[in-house]
Amino acid sequence: MSEAPLLEARGLLRRYGMRRGLLGRPVEVRAVDGVSLSLHRGRTLGLVGESGCGKSTTGRLVLGLEPSDGGGVAWEGRPMPPPGTPAWRALRARMQMVFQDPLGALDRRLPIGAQVAEPLAIHGLPGSRDRVAELLRDVGLRPDQAARYPHELSGGQRQRAVLARALATAPALLVCDEPISALDVSIQAQVMNLLTELQARHGMAMLFISHDLRAVRQVSHRVAVMYLGRIVEAGKPDAVLQDPAHPYARALVSAIPHPGRRQARILLPGDPPNPADRPAGCAFHPRCPMAVALCAREAPALKPRPGDGRLVACHLAQGDATLPKAA
Amino acid sequence: MPEAPPSPIMLAPPRARRQGLPPLVLFAVGWLGLMLGVALLANVVSPYAYTALDLRNRLSPPIGFGGTTAHWLGTDELGRDVLSRLIHSIRMSLLIAFGATLIGAVVGTTLGLLAAQFRGLVEQAVLALVDFSASLPFLILALAVLAFFGNSLTLFVCLLGLHAWERYARIARGLAISAGAQGYAAAVRQLGASAWRVQLRHVLPNIASTLIVSMTLAFPEIILLESGLSFLGLGVQPPATSLGSMVGYGREYLSRAPWILLSPAAVIVLTTLSVSALGDWLRDRLDPSLD
Repeated sequence: MSEAPLLEARGLLRRYGMRRGLLGRPVEVRAVDGVSLSLHRGRTLGLVGESGCGKSTTGRLVLGLEPSDGGGVAWEGRPMPPPGTPAWRALRARMQMVFQDPLGALDRRLPIGAQVAEPLAIHGLPGSRDRVAELLRDVGLRPDQAARYPHELSGGQRQRAVLARALATAPALLVCDEPISALDVSIQAQVMNLLTELQARHGMAMLFISHDLRAVRQVSHRVAVMYLGRIVEAGKPDAVLQDPAHPYARALVSAIPHPGRRQARILLPGDPPNPADRPAGCAFHPRCPMAVALCAREAPALKPRPGDGRLVACHLAQGDATLPKAA
Repeated sequence: MPEAPPSPIMLAPPRARRQGLPPLVLFAVGWLGLMLGVALLANVVSPYAYTALDLRNRLSPPIGFGGTTAHWLGTDELGRDVLSRLIHSIRMSLLIAFGATLIGAVVGTTLGLLAAQFRGLVEQAVLALVDFSASLPFLILALAVLAFFGNSLTLFVCLLGLHAWERYARIARGLAISAGAQGYAAAVRQLGASAWRVQLRHVLPNIASTLIVSMTLAFPEIILLESGLSFLGLGVQPPATSLGSMVGYGREYLSRAPWILLSPAAVIVLTTLSVSALGDWLRDRLDPSLD
């Protein structure tokens, strides 16, 4: 892409200390382990993976809500100020977050009108009643619903209120952390459509975090698949989701229910490994149906595939190792 | 699709919002209003000075039990008018109980929110203080302080204010941390709000209901604590009087002149009951999702 990225993250790393038992030694857990991504104006990056793979942590690191233990985030070419500083707070007007649980994200003691007006007050922008009404209308709520409390709204309406609050300062980046997981299927479609519509109208960049592959495919311009804190495959959504190169992505894609499809689903043996006890070599090799000896020794790097240049972290897809003859 | 008959549920009128006050709350408001009025106008409404002796009418029973209209609630062993003493006791006890409850709530909540905001060393210090305060028998602390620094009303109120502060501190800290870890406080923080805005505009109103309940629990305790200390001779010093000291000194005449003890005891019961009822109702009203 010719344009400079709005936000660029390099080698994000997030470690947590975990203690097993009362006297156990603290173990280091790498929730996010060297994730790099870039977000461009008006484009959406979809981030998929199973729960616990570090998607949400990546979202918070990208926004600078948590400090990264390594690597860094650059916003418009400048490094992200540390959380809590005035510069960091001022930057919040430019980047916003949409949460999975809209009821939890709203203050249940304030009517939603007051909550939508809050970012305007925080950043010293004019927050008239007309502006609030306009924001509510923008997300498909009626202006008279400004007087409602969160518990008086339906799940979809709450998520719309959260969106209206996020959009109040006209941010350049919106991080959506599982924005539709807590909603009914019919409401999911509405909120998805609203998101794409709002992006077309306001031209903001989006990081769309979800485990719903079809939702990601619908909204994303690029998609990245995460496994155990690392990106294992990235590319155009149609390419990645039609013809996944990484065995984990293949298993994920085969899990999408499809009416009339005969093909068998790829069932992965075993549980997702404990991030505190990451397997040597490729983290996926104990569950991989086509792992070879090299996979257990050496971790594959995320690099363009020789053929079509898709980013994938797999020895087999890269052609560094060949599949042994089927026994 | 055929037109279905309207369901009876649809036809039912919408549930009326609670109109007016429940009777118990009405009583509580009336009683506390009366108490406040009496406390403010103590000098105007009391028929005698609370130290005035009427030696010819010692231990006179209340009206209706053989007493005269000169002393409506009877007199004590020195011939002092029980009604006048009761009125001044109400003033003293309300001042102490409200003052001490407010001091405890403000100090405790402030420290709890500070601990939740700064974490780290500040939190450790606050928690150490909380543990210290919770493990020290309060009566012994009170005895020591009053014995060393003498007894003044201001000191006494401040001392009782320290009685329940650690409870507010714990509640405020715990609730503020859980609100900050996920949910509305984290959401507002990522909007760019300053720490003070998050704490005062969002966290405090959300935890206020719990704190108010805690205050209504602490209020009767403080009245009883004041009574206990006054009874031990460390609280309100004669000739000043309070509900607790009236009960304490009236104990000796329990069989001969129970009215000396019963009237302040009844006031204690009704006042603490009113505060509890009002606090409970207030908690429900402050929560918009409980209508």
